[in-house]
Amino acid sequence: MNEKKSIWDSNAVYTFISIIFGFLVGAILLTAAGINAGEAYSKLVTGVFSKPKFIMWAIIYASPLILTGLSVAFSFRTGVFNIGAEGQFVMGSLAACVVGIKLSLPAPLHVLVCILAAMAAGAVWGAIVGLLKVKKGINEVLSYIMFNWIAFYFSNYVVNIPAIHREGGGEATRDIADTARILMPEAIRKATDCQSANWGILLAIIAAVIIWFLINKTTLGYQLRAVGFNRHAAEYGGINANRAMMTAMAISGAMAGLGGAVQLMGMSGRISQFASQEMFGFQGITVALIGASNPIGCIFAGLFYGAMKYGGSKLSLIKTPSEVVDIIMGTIILFIAVSHIFRKLLAGRKKGGN
Amino acid sequence: MDTIIRDLGLLINATLIATPPLLYAALGSCFSERSGVVNIGIEGMMSIGAFVGAVVALATGRPWFSFFCGGLAGAAFGLIHAIACVTYGADQTISGTAINFLAPGLAVFLCKAMFDNSSDTPPLDTASKLPKLFDGVFPAGSFMSNVFSTYAAAYLSFVVVAIVWFVFYKTRFGLRLRAVGEHPKACDTLGINVFRIRYICVILSGFLAGLGGAYVTLATVNQFRPVVIVGQGFIAIAAVIFGKFTPQGAMKACLLFGLCSGVKVLASAGNKVSPNLISMIPYVVTIIVLVLFVGHGRVPAANGKPYVKSK
Repeated sequence: MNEKKSIWDSNAVYTFISIIFGFLVGAILLTAAGINAGEAYSKLVTGVFSKPKFIMWAIIYASPLILTGLSVAFSFRTGVFNIGAEGQFVMGSLAACVVGIKLSLPAPLHVLVCILAAMAAGAVWGAIVGLLKVKKGINEVLSYIMFNWIAFYFSNYVVNIPAIHREGGGEATRDIADTARILMPEAIRKATDCQSANWGILLAIIAAVIIWFLINKTTLGYQLRAVGFNRHAAEYGGINANRAMMTAMAISGAMAGLGGAVQLMGMSGRISQFASQEMFGFQGITVALIGASNPIGCIFAGLFYGAMKYGGSKLSLIKTPSEVVDIIMGTIILFIAVSHIFRKLLAGRKKGGN
Repeated sequence: MDTIIRDLGLLINATLIATPPLLYAALGSCFSERSGVVNIGIEGMMSIGAFVGAVVALATGRPWFSFFCGGLAGAAFGLIHAIACVTYGADQTISGTAINFLAPGLAVFLCKAMFDNSSDTPPLDTASKLPKLFDGVFPAGSFMSNVFSTYAAAYLSFVVVAIVWFVFYKTRFGLRLRAVGEHPKACDTLGINVFRIRYICVILSGFLAGLGGAYVTLATVNQFRPVVIVGQGFIAIAAVIFGKFTPQGAMKACLLFGLCSGVKVLASAGNKVSPNLISMIPYVVTIIVLVLFVGHGRVPAANGKPYVKSK
């Protein structure tokens, strides 16, 4: 135990190795499909880094993903698998949208009210699932999935209510008031040549720091982690496990709801009718896994995913299927999932060396 | 009276068409979960099954063979899940999530690579689609035709329920797979090969999920599109939890979901109620039923825990 901590003990190393494997598998597949992998990957990189505008776009893509990632990571730390971030995201976005259209308030207050509404909606959506689990013993994975779809159709229903549906054509709501937008000042948007540049990233980073603090530095965080480690031991130690779990599920939902608000108030400005799930919640699972369930790790994982998603959208310009990004991401997670095997192998070799 | 019978026929028909993909996938999920391996990759396995089914049908024009190939494609991803979770003891949820990115991603990637960067395959002609039972025996649009003349693979799915039930409760393999999901260590002590049983079950779960996906492209829709599998895999998993991890329970839950989409089809024709509200019904009903009648579901005891052989 007195041994110096080797770099092979750090999660980041295995994540890095997994990322390399991900790109390797992607390259093999591209080559097999007769596509020049080098060209595709250089497009992926230049598509993100060659202009400030592109970098800004990658950050815009990343902001909601950091938040859904935080949501899932927080749930992981407390022993719950929040597969319902998708629905909480939708409800958050919807709440912010209704408040953003219907209320008229001065700018900073309007933004605050929208954000609080979104977080409350996400928290409630997550807490109901917690309540069902605690009071009725209903499997949370099942209710999360049900609530994802209820949110999906509820959003589509609300979008079509005349009071907020946009006039004229288009299956979408009206635009939210300018006072509820979180766009960066005109000067920055001009300078970066990106009209959608927004403060979502700042909100995401603040949220990550708060969640980090909550988990690691507060009594509540200690209780939640204790329940996540061993529910029975925590209860024996005097922690109300049911209450802790519900609190955790509500906070996790609030983060996903905030993600929905950021997407709406930063980028889209309105909600369109969904044809299929938008996947922000599910992509959040990936972000949480790559970030090793660490709130600060989620910032980097979210930026990575955002860049991949935005860069991937450029691949169609060179007739390369953008789905290679999904394959790379899937491979990365798969390797992260089995990475403890590498760890064992390396540990074994170290022991043999002594 | 006549319209009631006709509507009833249409409702049964719509239910019969919507249920099988969920049912095949749910039966697959039963195998995996009961053997102690959580498989949330069912969704992805359905996608790849849907794609491979459609492509093989386009190439060969042989629907049943294509249906089987769709199953095999799902089984291949079942194998990946088994290697990761059973051999390498990976977190089952993480591996399943990975498959939900890998399999649909690969399906659309291959589709674009094969069909000139289009994410849809060309449509199948009628001869390449799965056949209907008693085709042309009953007058078109009649009650009998609606109830008895839909896709043969739809009726087959209910036969598979009976087979799976038999395997689970009347065979030695079934007893073992259920035991492995409850107490792998005890099974190992008795000389049952825990790893082998879990491998078989997880691969079977992929195979059945692949069949469910292939049913969608070869029967319901006549081509592969990225949106043909949107959430059915997750609904199938929900049905299994709802049905308390038994094949017969999962069937009832799938029929409930199928019936609700049947109601949706009929009601949206009337255009009186918002189709979005009607679409919500199955999910709301599931929650209500659970709260009122079912309550505590018992998960197989060893579910989600990798089994590590002690030395």
